Amino acid sequence: MNGRRLWAIVVKELRQLSRDRITLAMILGIPIMQLVLFGYAINLNLRGLDAGIVDQANTAGSRALVMDMLATDVVSAARTANTPQQLMAMIRRGDISIGIVVPPDFERRRIDGRPVAQVLVDGSDTTVQSAAAQLAQTPLDSAAPDLRAPPASTPPTPRISVVSFYNPQRVSAINIVPGLIGVIMTMTMVLFTAIAIVRERERGNMELLIATPLTSTELMVGKVLPYIVIGLLQTSVILALGVSLFAVPIRGSVLDVYLAAGLLILANLSLGLLISTRAQSQFQAMQMTFFIFLPSILLSGFMFPFAGMPKAAQWLAEILPLTHFLRLIRGVMLRGASLWELWHDVLALVVFVAVMMGAAIGRFRKRLD
Amino acid sequence: MIPADGEVAIRASGLTRRFGDLVAVDRVDLQVPARHVYGFLGPNGSGKSTTIRMLCGLLTPSAGEIEVLGLRIPAEAEALRRHIGYMTQKFSLFEDLSVRENLDFLAAIQGVPRARTRARIDQLIEQYHFGDLQKQLAGTMSGGQKQRLALACAVIHEPELLFLDEPTSAVDPESRRDFWEKLFELADAGTTLLVSTHLMDEAERCHRLAILDHGVLVADGTPQALTGRLQGRTFIVESADPRRAQRLIVDVPGVLSVAQVGNSLRVLTAAGAAAAADMCRHIDATLAGAGQPVHTHATPANLEDVFVAVTGPAAEQAERAA
Ligand SMILES: Nc1ncnc2c1ncn2[C@@H]1O[C@H](COP(=O)(O)OP(=O)(O)OP(=O)(O)O)[C@@H](O)[C@H]1O
Ligand SMILES: [Mg+2]
Repeated sequence: MNGRRLWAIVVKELRQLSRDRITLAMILGIPIMQLVLFGYAINLNLRGLDAGIVDQANTAGSRALVMDMLATDVVSAARTANTPQQLMAMIRRGDISIGIVVPPDFERRRIDGRPVAQVLVDGSDTTVQSAAAQLAQTPLDSAAPDLRAPPASTPPTPRISVVSFYNPQRVSAINIVPGLIGVIMTMTMVLFTAIAIVRERERGNMELLIATPLTSTELMVGKVLPYIVIGLLQTSVILALGVSLFAVPIRGSVLDVYLAAGLLILANLSLGLLISTRAQSQFQAMQMTFFIFLPSILLSGFMFPFAGMPKAAQWLAEILPLTHFLRLIRGVMLRGASLWELWHDVLALVVFVAVMMGAAIGRFRKRLD
Repeated sequence: MIPADGEVAIRASGLTRRFGDLVAVDRVDLQVPARHVYGFLGPNGSGKSTTIRMLCGLLTPSAGEIEVLGLRIPAEAEALRRHIGYMTQKFSLFEDLSVRENLDFLAAIQGVPRARTRARIDQLIEQYHFGDLQKQLAGTMSGGQKQRLALACAVIHEPELLFLDEPTSAVDPESRRDFWEKLFELADAGTTLLVSTHLMDEAERCHRLAILDHGVLVADGTPQALTGRLQGRTFIVESADPRRAQRLIVDVPGVLSVAQVGNSLRVLTAAGAAAAADMCRHIDATLAGAGQPVHTHATPANLEDVFVAVTGPAAEQAERAA
């Protein structure tokens, strides 16, 4: 590999990119649009959800708790019932979205510091779920002092537990944003390199390039490098918006977030290169990209819980880079894990990159036939 | 690596390329002497571009042997790439880069020494008259300007061998002279040039040329040798009504083709037809008999006659007659 030739390719790509307004707009436009659309659609600040209430304790304290919850305006009392089973049936029928259960031993639990109430949610609607999470933050009222309450300096541990039906993964804006980094990278990065090479073939530039001493590796690596930078830029935009608009936490290290993003970017760019060695036209490259994009969205665990999928779909999903990235990024951002602990998925991505890049360079011929 | 005088830069034998059932290049034998301008002449689809691509190692021949600058192609194509420049028929530089950026890019890719790059690019910009156009995007230039830029980029690393595929198809006659001046300068400096063209005036300038038709090499040699072979087979017919005379002459036995040039007709006869003087009399007599008095006289052959004689329908007719 000759450094000067590699650099010449990188500079050329960047110069061409800087004159390509549409692609530039796409680089920033897609992440912003997607994030705002997905984020707001899911994080609607809901008011007046129909709630069913079972107060089996019926003490002054329990009534105060229920009143406090209703006072948030998030829910309004639509039904009352006698048992949690009745509530669940109502949720199943769709009569109510949220059920509030105060068990008979409410006072006892309060003294013991155990969860004092349950909020049952129809988790299939993620907007409702975030509303329930909000309800669960209702402090146990000051009128009846909480004997076991921790000192005010430490954040209060939630004393109301949320039980979510139909969506044990609890997808929400917080959960969506990290995944969105992956989806946007899958959407844009594959296309960038797939098109970058096919376009040169279509415009006739390739005949000139392959008649020079430029090697396949220099050409491929030179095409990938500028887009890594662009991918990381997109990652930063999504992170910044996610944190500022939706208060998405980054519990793990920021470096790990970027490393994981870098791996996914590389995986998608090399996949794009492989596509470009096959596709005859930009349109074909686009079609092939969508062929990859759809299963990525559906099977990776971004839309539907991974555990709930049939075995065959799970195996297929293991091949997709987005699946591994989602595990990494959710682990790092939401659970504060380090990449080291998630080495399985790191390794899977590294292997994917090596195989795709190797195949792309191997398949690329400095020939016209 | 630079071949001494009398050496052969390109040698090919039995060169064949098939695309499915189509034989695009058919058993071509070729010898291109070093430091010459070698012309490649042939109608559309005759296999000029395909042959050039095989010679520079971009297409794998279906059959045949190639040796370029002493290297076996396609096996040693990679080693050859340092020594050749290739100007494609279709503009293949980057339309969204400026003139100077394109030159910069190729200098780096072709390995022009870093210390010399700037001076070399300045020199090319000066030589190829890009002084005011340096910052213009290549895509916005005229056809002729693009071809000048493509040539400048093809020679940036001073290759020993240059393949130019129809380099002047969009260049006006004035600039074309200029363009050919440059080609001869390069040949003087020791470069071997292989130039494909449709244009007769360009073919005439080549040291040697080969004519391709349907993938077959139908003639090769110096322009003088090629025209010399048509000695006594070309005539000018002066007529008051050239269009009518043309229709009559076509039917005269031994006539291969008749082309109108202004008010006169240019006639080419088949090999082995009557001697020149007899032919003149014969044509005059035939047309006088049809009430079309004409005056016929022999004229030296030019390359267009050669081209017509060896390619297309006239050549097939001659073959059938033989
Ligand atoms: N990649 C290809 N696949 C199939 N057929 C091809 C291919 N390349 C060339 N041909 C065919 O081979 C023949 C020779 O083409 P070539 O481009 O060499 O002609 P040419 O002499 O350069 O013509 P022109 O003067 O129009 O440039 C043509 O009939 C063309 O259709
Ligand atoms: Mg051609």
